[in-house]
Amino acid sequence: MVIAAIVALGVGTYGMRLGGVLLRGRLELSDALQRLLAMAAAALLAALAGTAALMAGTDFAGVARPAGVLVGGVLAGRKAPFVVVVLAAAATAALLRLAGVP
Amino acid sequence: MRTLQRTVEDRALLRDAATIAAAMIAVGASFGAIAIAYGLPTWVPFLMSTVVFAGGSQFLAVGLLAAGNPLAAVFAGLLLNARHLPFGLAVGDALGPRLRTRVIGSHVLTDEVAAFTLAETDPVRRRRVYLIIGATLFTSWNIGTALGVLLGGATGDPNALGLDAAFPAALLALIMPSLRDRTTRVVALTGAAVAVLLTPVLPAGLPVLCALVGLLTLVRPRSW
Repeated sequence: MVIAAIVALGVGTYGMRLGGVLLRGRLELSDALQRLLAMAAAALLAALAGTAALMAGTDFAGVARPAGVLVGGVLAGRKAPFVVVVLAAAATAALLRLAGVP
Repeated sequence: MRTLQRTVEDRALLRDAATIAAAMIAVGASFGAIAIAYGLPTWVPFLMSTVVFAGGSQFLAVGLLAAGNPLAAVFAGLLLNARHLPFGLAVGDALGPRLRTRVIGSHVLTDEVAAFTLAETDPVRRRRVYLIIGATLFTSWNIGTALGVLLGGATGDPNALGLDAAFPAALLALIMPSLRDRTTRVVALTGAAVAVLLTPVLPAGLPVLCALVGLLTLVRPRSW
């Protein structure tokens, strides 16, 4: 039963991945529609970042994590290199937790 | 001159890939360790990391599988992964026209691959970015899973390293170029706000999909 569930989840997930990719190849997209799809993806990614930064399950994620993401976000806005953004975010959250901040 | 330019860009891409790969190994290890701690058979995390290859849904599914609820694991996981369809629509062109590349490349489509590909505007480089990031993440996630299974609880808590802040920050950095466009910024921030507000009341996966209502900000009332 466990193996069937994992295969079903894998096949279903792959189907959605491939479905989107193949559909993109089939559609004759105008420039405006391509822009719309890019904006839709940006909205989904922003939502992932926002919910992952602020929420843990259905509760708020505390202080350390959002603070780390905020530091990373400010650095990203100042065009800091990717590795600097990621390390600064992680280090901020880790140090705050070390200091006892939840 | 062109080769020099390309070498410099590739080096930057590989450095970014290595950054996210290091974080993926650590989180993959915690996934492997958690699956074993739940008392699931050793092959479960390996099969999931190769066949499902979507971190969030894997954490969700091992919990539900361990609780003896395989049907819920499938449905909750699929709901969480539904966002891959719009991601495929948005960045699928990067894989080019060959069916083989699209069939193989689709499997490694993740949030990070979508974000990296979206951040690359040059049509020739999009394909390289997609495939290099996809292959790097697939490899590092599976190495991490194996380490977690082997080392168990010794892998430690990824939150103590601040990795839970690293992933949202990485996504932010990758969408930052798109957010410099005012229209995209309004759409994305509205969507993110909707998703955060709905997270306490909707099952996992739906709030993020609801971010698509951010596109409604594009609808301008017709002026009379």
